[in-house]
Amino acid sequence: MTALELRNVSKVYGDRAAEVHALREVSLTVEPGALVAVMGPSGSGKSTMLTIAGSLEEATGGEVFVAGRSLATLSRNERARLRRRSIGFVFQDFNLLAGLTAAENVALPLELDGLQARAARKAALRALDELGLGSRAARFPEELSGGERQRVAIARAVVGERRLLLADEPSGALDSVNAEAVMRLVRTACRGEVAGVVATHDAQLASWADRVVFLRDGRMVDQTSPLPGPESLLTPSDRK
Amino acid sequence: MAVSVPHALLALLTEGPKYGLQLREEFESRTGEVWPLNVGQVYTTLQRLERQGLVESEGGADEGPQKMFRITAEGDEELAAWLRTPPDLASPPRDELVIKVLVALRVPGADVAAVLQVHRAYLVQLMQQWTRIKEDATEDDLALLLAVDAELFRLDSVVRWLDSADSWIQRSPAAAISRAASAAPLPRLRRKAGARR
Repeated sequence: MTALELRNVSKVYGDRAAEVHALREVSLTVEPGALVAVMGPSGSGKSTMLTIAGSLEEATGGEVFVAGRSLATLSRNERARLRRRSIGFVFQDFNLLAGLTAAENVALPLELDGLQARAARKAALRALDELGLGSRAARFPEELSGGERQRVAIARAVVGERRLLLADEPSGALDSVNAEAVMRLVRTACRGEVAGVVATHDAQLASWADRVVFLRDGRMVDQTSPLPGPESLLTPSDRK
Repeated sequence: MAVSVPHALLALLTEGPKYGLQLREEFESRTGEVWPLNVGQVYTTLQRLERQGLVESEGGADEGPQKMFRITAEGDEELAAWLRTPPDLASPPRDELVIKVLVALRVPGADVAAVLQVHRAYLVQLMQQWTRIKEDATEDDLALLLAVDAELFRLDSVVRWLDSADSWIQRSPAAAISRAASAAPLPRLRRKAGARR
């Protein structure tokens, strides 16, 4: 079963006089365990693609499947449940709730989904621990550094049984070392059953992905995967 | 990639006297094996350094593995001066990619955006390969991490240049004419191309 599939997905905003084609017949398949980066200039449709994949917005054409289920066949409530249980979001500005501690922020989606507070807290602490934030669990967002806040946001996105991680410019305004740390975490999270899609304009961040797709004016124009055997770069031809 | 072998060898000798073979092994491990070096290169470089009085040797007049090298006071001074001398970055290199893009702009009907994308995809693919190396590297392999990062930042700057070129070209009225021409059927393309002259 694919983690995410977009089939000829289009999105048009506005009416006839001022139509904006944000996405034009985009098709993409993401298998479990894969990390895909979406690159393109601002306005190319990256964010729209993520919000549609995450069922935060509906496509105007085509079909979207998350964990094998077509979003169009789901009721509003079923879509909301799918978002809470299977999809994790990471945004540029972290979107942590200021009045909750790191652990409470991470536990929140589980509690909203009906999990008992104690079980949710336990799962949250485990997720924070895995990201090296065990000792910061009781801190409020304003007491954390930018890098730490983003790690809390990632913990919140992967906690529980999430199958699809969607990240929109996840390293935001972080410096390059912290930005790389974020991508390493996203990379690590996308193993086994979990797949990820990261929208970014930054080639260094995109290069952590298994596959990079390029968007331009709402169209997917190209995609690339690393060639096998990266070690070949370390052996110049004059020495072979 | 240019690397100053003489200065790298001097740097290794600041830790104490060493044999030629040992210097080669240490050079490769310190530069993350990104810059391999053959043993002949090591010995000719050491001979030159010795002639310049920057290193001295003991172990007889014979050339060979039994000879041990140590850095001199002049060698220390030369190394300190070299570390602080910026490399020549003032004169721009004749960049093949820049030339290709400039040429594409002049070719009637050429899809410049497609040309940019071919190069962008190639660069990102290379960056993916370097990133795999970084991902597999252990944290104590600082030399490898830094050498790979240098390559990633260099390739990234080229991708950014392509992105910037892309948006300049999209905004440019001249490029719009060229785009219209490339989208048009052939007879019109000829007329347009002719009209521009």
